[in-house]
Amino acid sequence: MTVETVFSADVLKLDPAETTEHIASVLRAMIKEQLRRKGAVVGLSGGIDSSVTAALCARALGKERVLGLLMPEADSSDDSLRLGRLLAESLGIRTIVEDITPILQAAGCYERRDSAIRTVCPEYGPGYGCKIALPDLLNDDRYPVFYAVLRPPGGGAEKKVRLTAEAYLGIVAATNFKQRTRKMMEYYHADRLHYAVAGTPNRLEYDQGFFVKLGDGAADVKPIAHLYKSQVYQLAEYLGIPQEIQTRPSTTDTYSLQQSQEEFYFSLPLRKMDLCLYAKNEGIPVADVALAAELSVDQVERVFRMIDSKRKATRYLHTAPRLIDAIPEVHC
Amino acid sequence: MPSIEQELRTFIIDNFLFGDKNGFANNDSFLEKGIIDSTGMLELVTFVQQRHGITIEDEELIPDNLDSVERLSTFIQRKLAIAA
Repeated sequence: MTVETVFSADVLKLDPAETTEHIASVLRAMIKEQLRRKGAVVGLSGGIDSSVTAALCARALGKERVLGLLMPEADSSDDSLRLGRLLAESLGIRTIVEDITPILQAAGCYERRDSAIRTVCPEYGPGYGCKIALPDLLNDDRYPVFYAVLRPPGGGAEKKVRLTAEAYLGIVAATNFKQRTRKMMEYYHADRLHYAVAGTPNRLEYDQGFFVKLGDGAADVKPIAHLYKSQVYQLAEYLGIPQEIQTRPSTTDTYSLQQSQEEFYFSLPLRKMDLCLYAKNEGIPVADVALAAELSVDQVERVFRMIDSKRKATRYLHTAPRLIDAIPEVHC
Repeated sequence: MPSIEQELRTFIIDNFLFGDKNGFANNDSFLEKGIIDSTGMLELVTFVQQRHGITIEDEELIPDNLDSVERLSTFIQRKLAIAA
């Protein structure tokens, strides 16, 4: 007798106790034996990924060997600091607050970003809110060209402006100072304490290149990079991450206007994106995916194409510095 | 005076192919051949708008209009004809 199984989100269900045990034991061995460090630094954003990463580090190494870094800047949501603290309290790990605004100001992060925005919106200035967004890519074969969404001071109507390549690259290059400054602080504390830096990407982010090279993409170990987002949520529940963090929508926390990961990068809700990525990796027929993800066949095909195109476009983010000739004594 | 198609071809080769025109055909898909990514598309759109004094609307940013030198050239000529 053949039993037909229907493809559904159930494929992403894991045994949280077993997964936690596995990650904790590998993580402990890596930090102790391979990296030969005494603990781990985790940048806490008040989001689900950094919370689960910190909780796993605490399980693996003991809470006294984990340092949580809270690194707000001028555009951060107040919730990020509050929820980061809440998480640290719930885990019993120590924290340090590093306001990175002065470093960003000194590097010209805000000024350079604002100058880039003014190339497409000359009236942009102090008091404006801004974020970058993509058009609807799920229902049309559109190019993924970015827009700046700008809200004038005093709560006027939002304005959407298509970016030029110069403006887009200028804005992204300037805002990347944020992720890189945070990583610099993480390594400062890691060096000081002889700790390793634990990175926080999940599988969607890692696979689709949703990170800044040498910014949030840099780390010594990435404990949840192999887990789909919905699996991270399952671990969060098992690990007792505070409810408010579990239910907080995923944001980039990079721009002054709230920006979801969906509108900036993935173009569909993360749980559906999870299912599509899993299905593509496992060769699940498009029709089955469509049914499970409540998308049309056309939409799933479009998502599959976007996955390929993002992998291609962001491959460079994963590459280590290339050498002209190999040095076998080092790279054995 | 170079044709629109020739001009586009030169722009693509100079900007995205390091000046190497070997094997690049005017009907090659920019996307499928990996010639231009989304940032490159923004550059191309800016170039076309400035060079020809036309505005490419959001809904016109689709592969049917822009995904090869041939398609883009046809699209520009259509826009110019409408403007005239």
